[in-house]
Amino acid sequence: MSDAMIVLLVLASGTFVLKSAGPVLLGARRLPTSVQSVVDLLPAALLASLAIVSTLGDGRNMTIDARVVGIVVAAIALWRRAPFVLVIIAASGATATARFVM
Amino acid sequence: MAISVTVAVAPFGIVFGAAASTAGLSGWEAVGYSVFVFGGSSQFAAVEILSDGGAVAAALVAGLLLNVRSLAFGVIMAPALTGPRWKRAVMSQVMIDESTAVGTASDDLASRRYGYLAGGVGVFVVWNLTTIAGFWLFSGAGDLIEDLGLDVAGPAAFLALLWPRLADRRQLVVAIAGALIAVGLVPFAAPGIPILASMSAVLLARAVGPLQPSAPNEQVEGAA
Repeated sequence: MSDAMIVLLVLASGTFVLKSAGPVLLGARRLPTSVQSVVDLLPAALLASLAIVSTLGDGRNMTIDARVVGIVVAAIALWRRAPFVLVIIAASGATATARFVM
Repeated sequence: MAISVTVAVAPFGIVFGAAASTAGLSGWEAVGYSVFVFGGSSQFAAVEILSDGGAVAAALVAGLLLNVRSLAFGVIMAPALTGPRWKRAVMSQVMIDESTAVGTASDDLASRRYGYLAGGVGVFVVWNLTTIAGFWLFSGAGDLIEDLGLDVAGPAAFLALLWPRLADRRQLVVAIAGALIAVGLVPFAAPGIPILASMSAVLLARAVGPLQPSAPNEQVEGAA
C-alpha cells in the first residue's frame, strides 16, 4: 500500500470522528454558557489566523508578495459590501496584476 | 451565499488535483482525499508533506491538526443537525469552514441546517469535480494558477468569511489577537500549529473582559 493511501485511510478515519463528534454525541443539548461563549468566538480566531497565515506564510517563512495586494483589495471590496464572488475575482485580478508588474 | 462559497472553492479544487498529480498520487487516491477527508487545508498539508518526502506520521499529524477545527464547528452546528445518530453522522461529513459559515449566518435552526447542508453539499460536489479536473487536465499548472492570481483566492475567502463577525467588538478583538498569535508562531512552529494556537486568543479575550453569548445562539428552544 502506498504512503499516500495509508495517510488517506487514517486521516479520513480521524477526520470522520472529529467532524461527527459534536452532532452525534452532543445532539441538541446546549453547552454551558461559558463554553458556548468560547465556541462562539473560536471561528473568529481560526478564520483570522487562516487568512493571514495563508497570505503571508510560506512554510516557516513570512513573505510579502503579490498576495498582499490581493488581500488588501479583498478587504476594500468587503468594506464596500461587494458580493463574495466579486471579492474573490477582484483579489485574484489584483494579485495577478501586481505579480505581472513587480 | 451557499452558491458563492461553492463557486469559490473551484480554483482550490483544481489546484489540489494538480498538486496530488505532482505528488505522484493515483487519480483514485486524489479523489479519495477529496471525498473522505474533504478538508482543503488538511488535504493540501498531507499531500504536500508526502510530496516533499516527509514521513507518513508527519503528514498524518498535520492533516489531522488542520481538521481539529471541524470539532469546534461540530459543536457550533450540533443544535441544528438533529435526527437519528446515523443521520447526524452522515450530515457531519460536510463539516467544513464554508458550510459552517453559511449555516451560522442564519438565526433560526431550520435555516441553519438548510444553509449548512446547501453549502456543504454544494462545496462537496464542486470540490470533487474540480479535483478530478485538476488532476487530469491541469497537472503542472502551478504557474497558471499564480499567473491568474488564484493563489490569493483562499486567503480572500477566509477574510470574507471572517468579515461579518468583525462588526462585533469581542469578535474583532479575538480575530486580531488570533492573527497576531499565528503570525508570531509561523517561524517557530510546524505548519498548522500556528492556526491551532490562534484559538488561545479566545481565552486571552476572556481574561480581558467577560464574554457574553451572542444573540443568535439563544434560539435553540425550537429544537426537537
